[in-house]
Amino acid sequence: MSSAAEDTNRRMLRARDAMDRHYAEPLDVPALARIAHVSQAHFIRTFRATFGETPHRYLQRRRVERAMFLLRSCDRNVTEICLEVGFTSLGTFSRTFRDIVGESPSAYRARGPLAAVPTCFAMSWMRPSSFG
Amino acid sequence: MFNALKISQIFVLDQDEALDFYVGKLGLEVNTDADLGFMRWLTINVPGEPDREILLERPGAPRMDEATAAQVRELLTKGAMAGTLFFTTDDCQKTYETLLAKGVEFTDQPTKRDYGIDCGLRDPFGNAIRFSQPLS
Repeated sequence: MSSAAEDTNRRMLRARDAMDRHYAEPLDVPALARIAHVSQAHFIRTFRATFGETPHRYLQRRRVERAMFLLRSCDRNVTEICLEVGFTSLGTFSRTFRDIVGESPSAYRARGPLAAVPTCFAMSWMRPSSFG
Repeated sequence: MFNALKISQIFVLDQDEALDFYVGKLGLEVNTDADLGFMRWLTINVPGEPDREILLERPGAPRMDEATAAQVRELLTKGAMAGTLFFTTDDCQKTYETLLAKGVEFTDQPTKRDYGIDCGLRDPFGNAIRFSQPLS
């Protein structure tokens, strides 16, 4: 592992942090590629090589994780939560949620309130896995 | 049995750069900076809290072989094995603005939670840091 690869990793992490920070905004690959100092095509390829999934998939899981949290910690309805975490259509949200979590948003909500843990751990560990 | 947590450790890629960041930007204090010959023992603490030190350790020989150190650095820089530090502050928003003006990279803006207001940032190497303003 060269320091060049470490530098690449750090730039990819910087871009991923930007996605985490602005998860409710549309995926902006050109902006992320600029943060990472690479071309757009290279960004998607390198992100996947670094983190094991595409930026699009990462952002979906980030949003679904936030939705999972909100569904079990507040009373807002599913449509409001869907919009708040960055989805623009309830249909896409429900499909993506079910695809990733394995059940519908309302079924997930019916599991009841969550235990309180610091946010960053909840964010990392509730993010539904796409790694099996 | 135990009566305190005295030292905890995170890996950094460069100890001078770590000092610039943790002391120069985050405002922590150097507790001990000693050349032991085999390593530079470098610890920092929150001002006024010298009994709770954070060791800033550089991965490398002789503690680990170079190939292993390279793996540690690879994981650190992608945020996968990075340490996590939690601090508290009296004013989360003000601290956030102060650090943002110094060019600190945030992962999370100040947000109100059940337990207070908190936010997250990234050190230059990939470690995650959070600080919160507990509910008064």
